[in-house]
Amino acid sequence: MTKKKCRVSELFLYGAIYLCAAVSIVLLAYIIIYVLQKGLKSITPTFLTTVSSARKGTVGIAGNIVNTILIILVTMLFATPIGIGAAIYLNEYAKPGKLVSAIEFATETLSGIPSIIFGLFGMMFFGETLGLGYSILTGSLTLILMVLPLITRNTQEALKTVPDGYRNGAIGLGAGKWYMIRTILIPSAMPGIITGVILAIGRIVGESAALLFTAGSAKLLPKSFLGIFDKIFQSGGTLTIQLYLSATSEGDFDSAFGIAVVLLVIVFAINLITKKLTRRFDVTRNSN
Amino acid sequence: MKKVKESIAKYIFLIAGIVAIISVLAITLYMFLKGAPALFQVGAPQLLFGTVWKPTAAEPHYGIFYIILSSVVGTLCSVLIGVPIGLLTAVFLTDLTNSSPLGRTVSKILSSAVELLAAIPSVIYGLIGLMVLNPLMYKLEKHFFTGSETHQFTGGANMLSAIIVLAIMILPTVINISASSIRAVSQSLRSASLALGATKLQTIFRVVIPAARSGIMTGVVLGIGRALGEAMAINMVAGGAVNLPLPFNSVRFLTTQLVSEMSYASGLHRQVLFTVGLVLYIFILSINLILTRLRKKGEKAND
Repeated sequence: MTKKKCRVSELFLYGAIYLCAAVSIVLLAYIIIYVLQKGLKSITPTFLTTVSSARKGTVGIAGNIVNTILIILVTMLFATPIGIGAAIYLNEYAKPGKLVSAIEFATETLSGIPSIIFGLFGMMFFGETLGLGYSILTGSLTLILMVLPLITRNTQEALKTVPDGYRNGAIGLGAGKWYMIRTILIPSAMPGIITGVILAIGRIVGESAALLFTAGSAKLLPKSFLGIFDKIFQSGGTLTIQLYLSATSEGDFDSAFGIAVVLLVIVFAINLITKKLTRRFDVTRNSN
Repeated sequence: MKKVKESIAKYIFLIAGIVAIISVLAITLYMFLKGAPALFQVGAPQLLFGTVWKPTAAEPHYGIFYIILSSVVGTLCSVLIGVPIGLLTAVFLTDLTNSSPLGRTVSKILSSAVELLAAIPSVIYGLIGLMVLNPLMYKLEKHFFTGSETHQFTGGANMLSAIIVLAIMILPTVINISASSIRAVSQSLRSASLALGATKLQTIFRVVIPAARSGIMTGVVLGIGRALGEAMAINMVAGGAVNLPLPFNSVRFLTTQLVSEMSYASGLHRQVLFTVGLVLYIFILSINLILTRLRKKGEKAND
C-alpha cells in the first residue's frame, strides 16, 4: 500500500518536472512565432532603409540601425582594450593580494549592477558633470562600464587555458614578457576574447534602460559620411529605445513588432556565432 | 630600452585593471552624493515611509514606501514562481536526460532554448507582456471585480502581469546556475544513493539537490538581483500608479519610477528620484555582498 502511494507521488513529481522543462521551450516558441506573426508584415525595404517621415506618412528605422551600430563601435573601441588589459594584468602580472581581490570584487560588482543604475550614473556623470548631454558618446561611455566585466571574464578564462609551457617556452627563448603576451598569449586566447566581444555586442544590442537617459531617442540619419563623427556628439536612439517608444508613447505597435523581428534576428545570430566559437575553442583546448 | 617597454606595458595593464575599481567607486560616490540630499530635505522617515506620492502637486508629497514595497513584493513573488520552475527544469536537464541518446538531444535543444530566452532583449518581453498578458489580466480583473465600488480598473496593467514577466525573465539565470551546480555534484554520491535502494527521484531530491545547495542559492540570489533591477519590461506591463502592491493594482517599482519620471522631473522631485536610485543601489549592493559570501562558501565546500 505504501509502495503504491510512493509511486503515485513519484509520477506526480515526474509530471511536474516534464511540465517545467516544457515551459522554456513553449515560451521561446511562442515568443518567436508571435513576434514573427505580428512583425513580419512591417519589414519592408522602406522600413529598413529610410527614416520615419510625417510628410510621406512612412515609418523607417534606418536612423536607429545606424545609431545602434555607432554605439556598438564606440563602446567596443574603448571596452575591448580595457577589458583585455585588465584580464592580462590579473592573469599574467598581478600576484595574489589585496589589489587583485579588489579588482575582482569590482568586476563582480559591476556585472551585478542593473542597467538602470548605469543609466542614472551615465546621465549624471558623463551627461551632466562632463557636459556631454544626451549623445551617442554619453551612451557609449556608460555602456563601457556595463560590458567591461563580460570582456574581462571571457579573456581571463581564455588566458587560463593557455598552457604554461607556452609562457615558459617563450621566456626561456629570451622573449620579454610584453613580447610573449603580444605574440603568444593574445593569439592563443583569441577565440575566447572574440567570444567576449560578441557577447558584449549582444548585450549592447538588447540594452535599453542604460541608454534611455544617456543616448536619448533621436532617429535622424547623419547627413553625410563625415556627419557620422558629429553624430557621435548628438542624441541617437537605438533599436530597443525606438521599440519602447513605439510601443508606449507613440502607440505604433506594427513598427514595434517590426523592430522586435529585427532585434530577434540579430540576437539569435549573435548567439549562433558565439556557440560556434566556443565549440571551436573547446576543441583547441581539448587537443592541448 | 627593452626594460622601459616592459615596465610601460606593465603599467598600462595595471591601469586597465584599475578601471573597474574606479568605476565602482565613482558609481557608488555619485549615487550617494546625488541621492542623499533629498533624504535630509524631505526627511528620511517621511521620504522612505511616506505613502503619498504627489511630486508635482502645489503641496508636494514625496513618499516612496509603496514603491519600495512593490519592488520587494514583486521580486519575491517572481522568485517564488521562477525558482521552482527553474530548478525542476535544471533537474530535467542534468539527471533525467543523460541516460539515452534521445534524452541527450532533448537536453541539448532545451539548453539552446534557455540560452535564446536569456538573449531576448527586455523590451521584447515588455512588448509581448503588453499585448498578450495585459488583455488576459483584464479579463480576470473584470471577472473578479465587476460591481466592485472601490476597485480602480487597470486594463490589466498590474502587479500580476509584472510578476509573471519577471518570473519568465529570471528563468534562464536560475536554470543555468542550478544546472551547473547540480552537474558538479559527484557521480559517486548518486551511485551510493541508488545502490542503497533509493529511486532516481529520491536520489535527486534527497541527495543531489541538498549537495548542490550553495550553487542553487547563488542562482536564486542572482535571480533576485535580476528581478530587482529589471526596468523596461515591467515598466511596459505594470501600469504605473503608485499603489499598494496588490495583485490587481497598477503599481510602480523602484526601477520603473526612474524610467517614467526622470525625463521631466526637476528640482526636489528630481533629487528624490536620485534617492530612489540610491535605495535600489543599496539593495543591489547587499545582494552582491550575499553573493560573494555564497561563492566563498561554495569554494570552501569544493576544497
